[in-house]
Amino acid sequence: MTISRRELLRTSALSAAGLVVAFHVPRVVRAAGPSPAGAPALPPANAFLRIGTDDSVTVLLAHSEMGQGSWTGLAMMVAEELECDWSKVRCEHAPAAPVYAHTAFGVQMTGGSSSTWSEFERYRTVGATAKDMLVRAAAARWKVAPKSCHAANGVVTHGKDQLSYGQLAQEAMALKPPATVKLKDPKDWKLIGTQVRRLDTPEKITGKAQFGMDVQFPGLRVALVARPPAFGAKLGKFDASAALKVPGVEKVVPTANGVAVVAKHFWAAKLGRDALHIDWTAPEAGGVDTTKLMAEFRQTAQKPGSIVSEKGKIDAGLAGAKTKLMAEYEVPYLAHAAMEPLNCTVKIDGDHCEIWTGTQFQTGDQGAAAHILGTTPDKVTIHTTFLGGGFGRRANPAADFVSEAVIVAKAAGVPVKVVWTREDDMHGGYYRPAYVHRIQTGLDEHGRPVAWDHVVVGQSIVAGTPFEPMMLKHGVDPTSVEGLAESPYLESTEALRVSLHTPKLPITVLWWRSVGNTHTAFAMESMIDEAAHAANQDPLAYRLGLLKDKPRHAAALSLAADKAGWSSPAPAGRARGLAVHESFGSIVAQVAEVSVENGQIRVHAVTCAVDAGTAVNPLAVEAQVQGSVVYGLSAALHGKLTLAGGAVQESNFHDYPVLRMFEMPRVTVHIMQSKARMGGIGEPATAPIAPAVANAVFALTKQRLRTLPLKLA
Amino acid sequence: MKLDINGTVRDVDATPEMPLLWVLRDVLGLTGTKFGCGMAQCGACTVHVDGQPVRSCITPVSTIGARKVRTIEALSPDGSHPVQRAWAETDVVQCGYCQSGQIMTTVALLAQKPDPSDADIDAALSGNICRCGTYQRIRDAVHLAAKLSRGGAK
Repeated sequence: MTISRRELLRTSALSAAGLVVAFHVPRVVRAAGPSPAGAPALPPANAFLRIGTDDSVTVLLAHSEMGQGSWTGLAMMVAEELECDWSKVRCEHAPAAPVYAHTAFGVQMTGGSSSTWSEFERYRTVGATAKDMLVRAAAARWKVAPKSCHAANGVVTHGKDQLSYGQLAQEAMALKPPATVKLKDPKDWKLIGTQVRRLDTPEKITGKAQFGMDVQFPGLRVALVARPPAFGAKLGKFDASAALKVPGVEKVVPTANGVAVVAKHFWAAKLGRDALHIDWTAPEAGGVDTTKLMAEFRQTAQKPGSIVSEKGKIDAGLAGAKTKLMAEYEVPYLAHAAMEPLNCTVKIDGDHCEIWTGTQFQTGDQGAAAHILGTTPDKVTIHTTFLGGGFGRRANPAADFVSEAVIVAKAAGVPVKVVWTREDDMHGGYYRPAYVHRIQTGLDEHGRPVAWDHVVVGQSIVAGTPFEPMMLKHGVDPTSVEGLAESPYLESTEALRVSLHTPKLPITVLWWRSVGNTHTAFAMESMIDEAAHAANQDPLAYRLGLLKDKPRHAAALSLAADKAGWSSPAPAGRARGLAVHESFGSIVAQVAEVSVENGQIRVHAVTCAVDAGTAVNPLAVEAQVQGSVVYGLSAALHGKLTLAGGAVQESNFHDYPVLRMFEMPRVTVHIMQSKARMGGIGEPATAPIAPAVANAVFALTKQRLRTLPLKLA
Repeated sequence: MKLDINGTVRDVDATPEMPLLWVLRDVLGLTGTKFGCGMAQCGACTVHVDGQPVRSCITPVSTIGARKVRTIEALSPDGSHPVQRAWAETDVVQCGYCQSGQIMTTVALLAQKPDPSDADIDAALSGNICRCGTYQRIRDAVHLAAKLSRGGAK
């Protein structure tokens, strides 16, 4: 396929006999009308929006819908400025193309809790641009001044004359886009800031929504891949004769470090894979064992690593403090365990390749596929399906599940959907890395931390990826220490040293919902709680004392505490703990109310206060905060991968438990009216829950739990 | 073999041990029923067999016989079933992958208990995992669905 997406849209529009007409700005016109000097070029509205003659409004999403609600939120931005009929709005994922690159990151991807803030200007501008052209088209038809026309609810009006957007779409297409548009004053917003229900609900409650797993077309085969059983193991000889005898199995082909069984359907592929005989070479030096590894990490933490942040004289500061505290915090490797196991469908046709998958990283996947096929990225079409959860696992710079599927399809010579079983998904690597934090702090006579020595040990996520040159500075991966060096508690601390050890290991690691904050917030908010108790102060009052110059943090903490009833005693047998953490530009405070039942920690209620700046869709913000609490609680109470001989020991939800309905606390979300710059919301509520629960457990039992998952002695 | 799927008897070419899930998805093309774990841990594959919620990922197709299999596709073509309406009203879904299973489990629960307590919901739905964490809205939606099913006002 050599025609561009834009031309394709136009062609398909014509072939639909006028039923649907692309809202198209001819390229010649755009080329002839450059923006005035100094003004930034407007995004090409036609790449992001189509208006049909049936009045339908289709928004093309540069970001992947993985549950976070961009499908609805980005459409709201367009609709707010377009003044269209919301009931006519639908969405589809954009293809992979440079025009859809992230406005801040420069590549097409979904991550970093950034879809809303990074698109707030662009998607509103698209709506405003299209509205301008529709109004001008109507004005030209009526031979009146555009200013005398009014657009609302998908209709342009002038006196008694009315034309719908659909009736105007074709004429609007031919007009020159405006050089600039003026966006609405926030006080005039009708949609933004209101509770809007999701646009993807109808297909997701009827089973019609198409996830990558659901891709089917004539001639498509299903493949399962046998991958190394341990990190560091390599493919030796294999015997496929038994596998090839399984009815339905058609081919067995080697991959980069595994063996793929290609069959008519999943079940045949699975039986075929079970029948493979493979000799895997053992990992060198026996492979990683997490019990030994964590002991090594604790040993490493005894000495400072690469300096992240330093001020004052740490040794003197600690020596001169009235009270000294030392604590070590530990978190394990974690799998993302999205509900939809990884999968990828690939069809190769000459030098062109089509890929169907739920990906968070179209640019990277497209480039990786092109590299394998010896072609250019524009020859690789990516159809982004709905993602059955992402959480970071589907944004892999190594493009693991896409590259592998391309290799299998190329070797098999037929279109192939590579499906991962739950066990494959859990054993497939790219985990949240394990970390040890060792903190020594010295408090003055008022309990204030005057010295803070913080050593972090754990693998780097960005080392070895294309992001390394951009992100790794002086041996420090900022994602390993985010939330520490810039902790609001330590701004007035006279002697501070934060340092990092970054061991290199064969275990592949990746971002996992809220990334480094998953462990830094746990260490930081637990240690601050320890300091509050050492100073004999109320944990809320102590924090507020340290946050005197941090009004947003203090306000969030105060609101959460107030709504949770902090000043009154918890119900009998329960206790409360709190935490506040800033990440992805947003501040989230949480109060957890816990009890212990049959030796198990039970979380009854979580009260959240959120300052994320403008909340585009409060209903979605609430959902993301609730969901983040659940994701964080799964890690706080259950999540742990262990390795022995380089092999992950857990395999499925029976031995890698996640939060279930009976453990669900009541989560209350208070969205703060905030004039602050817009932050993210997909991740920031994940990190504070573990320390909030650990601090509550301490209040209840006097047991300070410093290792995740939290287990009572 | 012959199977009664969503009210139609279908002739299916499958080996006896093949799980019902893969017959539905890969042989019949009914992809609304999801694969999540393959060992009855997550509930994403829940379908009804003679009205009972069944984990299709561990159910050999040969065990179905003449019993009636109903999947999410048979609930309503347009999302008008009371449980689906409650899901929409409560804005439950996030990624949506687990929701076919959550809905099918809820439909079976309400058939047994038209006005379930929170404890009933815990007992019925704790076998259905949601990694997006929609549990609270599911709980609210089940209560609303119970009301809608009884013909109550919203």
